[in-house]
Amino acid sequence: MATLSVVMLSNWSNCCNRPSGDYKFRQAYRRNNLHLRQSSHLSSSFHCLCATTLPVLEEQKRTFDAERAASLVKDLRNNFRSGRTKSYEWRVAQLQSILRMIDENEKMIIEALYEDLGKPELESFTAEITMLKSSSKEALEQLKRWMTPEKVKTSISLYPSSAEIVSEPLGVVLVISTWNFPFLLSLDPVIGAVAAGNAVVLKPSELAPATSSVLAKLLEKYVDRSAITVVEGAVAETSALLEQKWDKIFFTGGGRVGRIVLTAAAKHLTPVVLELGGKCPAVVDSNVNIEVAVRRIIAGKWACNNGQACIGVDYIITTKDFAPKLIDALRNGLEEFFGKDPFESKDRSRIVNSFHFKRLVGLMDEDKVSDKIVLGAQRDESQLQIAPTILLNVPEDSLIMQEEIFGPLLPILTVDNVEDSFEMINEKSKPLVAYLFSDDEQLKKKFVQNVSSGGMAINDTVIQVSVSGLPFGGVGESGMGLYHGKFSFETFSHKKAVLYRSFAGDSSLRYPPYTPEKQKLFKAVISGNIFGIILALLGWSRD
Amino acid sequence: MESEEMKKPVFDQEAGSLLVKELRANFAAGKTRSYDWRVAQLKGMIKMMEDHEPEILTALRDDLSKPELESSIYEIALLKNSCVLALKELKQWMMPEKAKTSLTTFPSSAETVSEPLGVVLIISAWNFPFLLSLDPVVGAIAAGNAIVLKPSEIAPATSSLLVRLVGQYLDSSCIRVVEGAVPETSALLDQKWDKILYTGNGRIGRIVMAAAAKHLTPVVLELGGKCPVIVDSGINLRVTARRIIMGKWGCNNGQACISPDYIITTKDYTPKLVDALKHELEQFYGKNPLESKDLSRIVNSNHFARLSKLLDDDKVSGKIVHGGARDKTNLKIAPTILLDVPRDSLIMNEEIFGPLLPIITVDKVEDSFNVINSSGTKPLAAYLFSNNKKLKEQFVVTVSAGGLVVNDTAVHLAVHSLPFGGVGESGMGAYHGKFSFDTFSHKKAVLYRSFAGDAPLRYPPYTSKKIRLMKAFLGGSIVGIIRALLG
Repeated sequence: MATLSVVMLSNWSNCCNRPSGDYKFRQAYRRNNLHLRQSSHLSSSFHCLCATTLPVLEEQKRTFDAERAASLVKDLRNNFRSGRTKSYEWRVAQLQSILRMIDENEKMIIEALYEDLGKPELESFTAEITMLKSSSKEALEQLKRWMTPEKVKTSISLYPSSAEIVSEPLGVVLVISTWNFPFLLSLDPVIGAVAAGNAVVLKPSELAPATSSVLAKLLEKYVDRSAITVVEGAVAETSALLEQKWDKIFFTGGGRVGRIVLTAAAKHLTPVVLELGGKCPAVVDSNVNIEVAVRRIIAGKWACNNGQACIGVDYIITTKDFAPKLIDALRNGLEEFFGKDPFESKDRSRIVNSFHFKRLVGLMDEDKVSDKIVLGAQRDESQLQIAPTILLNVPEDSLIMQEEIFGPLLPILTVDNVEDSFEMINEKSKPLVAYLFSDDEQLKKKFVQNVSSGGMAINDTVIQVSVSGLPFGGVGESGMGLYHGKFSFETFSHKKAVLYRSFAGDSSLRYPPYTPEKQKLFKAVISGNIFGIILALLGWSRD
Repeated sequence: MESEEMKKPVFDQEAGSLLVKELRANFAAGKTRSYDWRVAQLKGMIKMMEDHEPEILTALRDDLSKPELESSIYEIALLKNSCVLALKELKQWMMPEKAKTSLTTFPSSAETVSEPLGVVLIISAWNFPFLLSLDPVVGAIAAGNAIVLKPSEIAPATSSLLVRLVGQYLDSSCIRVVEGAVPETSALLDQKWDKILYTGNGRIGRIVMAAAAKHLTPVVLELGGKCPVIVDSGINLRVTARRIIMGKWGCNNGQACISPDYIITTKDYTPKLVDALKHELEQFYGKNPLESKDLSRIVNSNHFARLSKLLDDDKVSGKIVHGGARDKTNLKIAPTILLDVPRDSLIMNEEIFGPLLPIITVDKVEDSFNVINSSGTKPLAAYLFSNNKKLKEQFVVTVSAGGLVVNDTAVHLAVHSLPFGGVGESGMGAYHGKFSFDTFSHKKAVLYRSFAGDAPLRYPPYTSKKIRLMKAFLGGSIVGIIRALLG
């Protein structure tokens, strides 16, 4: 146990939530202010649990270690066993409280998001607050139906019987969230977990400290603390949490930490949902309404947390002939949206921290890449801003084409025929989303058939996540498991198969001793062969 | 002979990597995706069973002395039914599922498309070595994947028959069988798969999952656990006893993951239940069950020794109320019933997986729910025999298990419309029927939009008017929208 946690820690120190190492930054950050913040909120979120051990509270404030984590899980497990989270009423009350919490604290949430990411108010409002509210509302509206057991048909060989699938909560679940949509990606899984009747621990990202602290403060105030708890913290706290036995772990972040989570979960046979990222391509055909296409690409790149989104457009593939037109249109569109001086606009998030700023600058300044810039590339380190940047025909083996960009840089690759783009995408690992802009029905069909990705949108970007009837999740390197709408409920439920039989209609056919007649007849019955049944009963079997 | 064995190449890491590479290329070429390929494989599997039923029965008899009726029902007929169902439903399963879209994306349409995952690994178990090998393969084929199957080396006759038959009847460019034990399995687990379905126990399940984590491979783990049977009073005792016997001894002699592991009943009812079980056991297997041809044997001497140890436990050996006879040379143990074994005995702390059936007694039948749930692990199945409607309801609400059956045992396995799979220690993921198809498919969400109906509202610059309007629009407030539009 001790060895594993050491190994995990050492692995972890090379990683961060997304998408790569962030160790130095975090160390500095912790030294400066996270530590203070964190301790005060940790103490408050554990207040209810530690009430009886107040004298040692000072000690507990400092470290959320494996022992603290174990006692937290134990408490939650007891509360889950008491059955309180299972009732429809409890679930509804929590969901209503979450809705009320958002309504009553909209300003505070928007401010925290601004503090963490310089996120524009409208983006916070649409992509975080509204999305969450509609998730809660849909869950409230549908919960009764979701909870109703689903009747299914049974087979003739079991006549008379009836069968149903009953959704039951899994138990105590862990949600580990990320910094780019720190409010939405923390609470959206929690809504699913609560709707399904689980006890939940939420670990928000320490890289969005203001939102993390708002979440800890608000949830404690609005929801049932005995079953829903926030644990703030970074590597040490997360490791302590991961050592515990959970009934499900829901992780949003990068593939490297995803592997650590999955390995930790294997020890306890805990099922895992991994919401990861990947390089989401946008294929642009030449027959499109270029104005609309360009606006929607910009909306899915720079107007979506300035490219820091797992479903943001990572790169474009278009034809050689069309590329100049597309670049012109993008240039015009960007100017229309963000003005001539992109640093003046308040309508783009900033880069989350200086580590990521440097990482992005590194991508642009790579030798093979820096001469490919056709637009942007201005940077302001003090404001953590990088202008919307477009690069044309960067080499496939450059860093920018190898790792998820997660920022305001957009490489454009060109092909002779637009169909060639499919192979280009499929050669890489499967992305979370693939986008296509085209008016060609045949091409759309081929795209859907041949390109593999978590999800797809044709002629738009990003907004597919607002369709609650669609599952959201990755495949391969972009993750495993799904959520959103009813899929969230299902992700946090066990589908228990239930078969009901009566004592009537018990045929001795099933039972030993197995005479040859029984064998013939039973074979006929089991394969539903009516003719065979009659033959066997009459003793005329063909065997 | 010896030189031939020497020449047989070892299946090592490198061989594993080559195999996966080859299958991945064939998958990428699109071979397995077509409806026709899938149908041809499923039909091939049915034909394989029809052409070789006697050999399959013989292999199962060699590996487990499995009675012919059990083999032809639990292994062949169930598998055939899976194929027939898949053939009948495949077109529908493959059809994209339409989803409703919202006002915010108007005009648009949306669907979920099922696509194959790629190259998948199926690691199977020895107790139903034919069914548990090929039933997941049916799902993987139906979903259009390339497949490697690793049957259990503990059922060697079936394993080698599978190599031969699968090679002969299915497309060997995309479906392969790799025989072997630990080294071969490790070599396979080193590779990157798009899904792994493992049937077996929790110890290996953890190893499989940890190996999968390296490659972010999703896993289905079909494990076991101690499946309890609660017996209420006021029931049809004869039918109950027969159905318990069928799920226990009539199901590979208790060597099944869904077999009843132990019984919980009330103190008062126990003597009646024991008598009924004894009586029906004699009806089924005669006075000397060691000689009955209708019981499988214990799979090997390791398991025979393990089961003997459970019986010889000091705390337990005095509790035998029926059976207890063993025949080491023929690997047979008679149906054995134990009464009131202590809860801390070995037999109550590991999955029995054999012909021993402990009975635990409680004062009130409702107490049994607590006995099950306080064990801390969730079994693959839980059974209740009762005529009391309230009790049944309570059972379904209170007891957590992979699946539940009321008034029968094990038969839920045959209901294709029910998902089959565990929860907690009994596993993760589900299969059977359409669930098999879903398990081996990726559900790709697709949203279609046109270029029409593009509202500038979404786009920067975000003026305060836009913000007001957006809030009103997303809040669904018509009055708010009008107000914002009017400024």
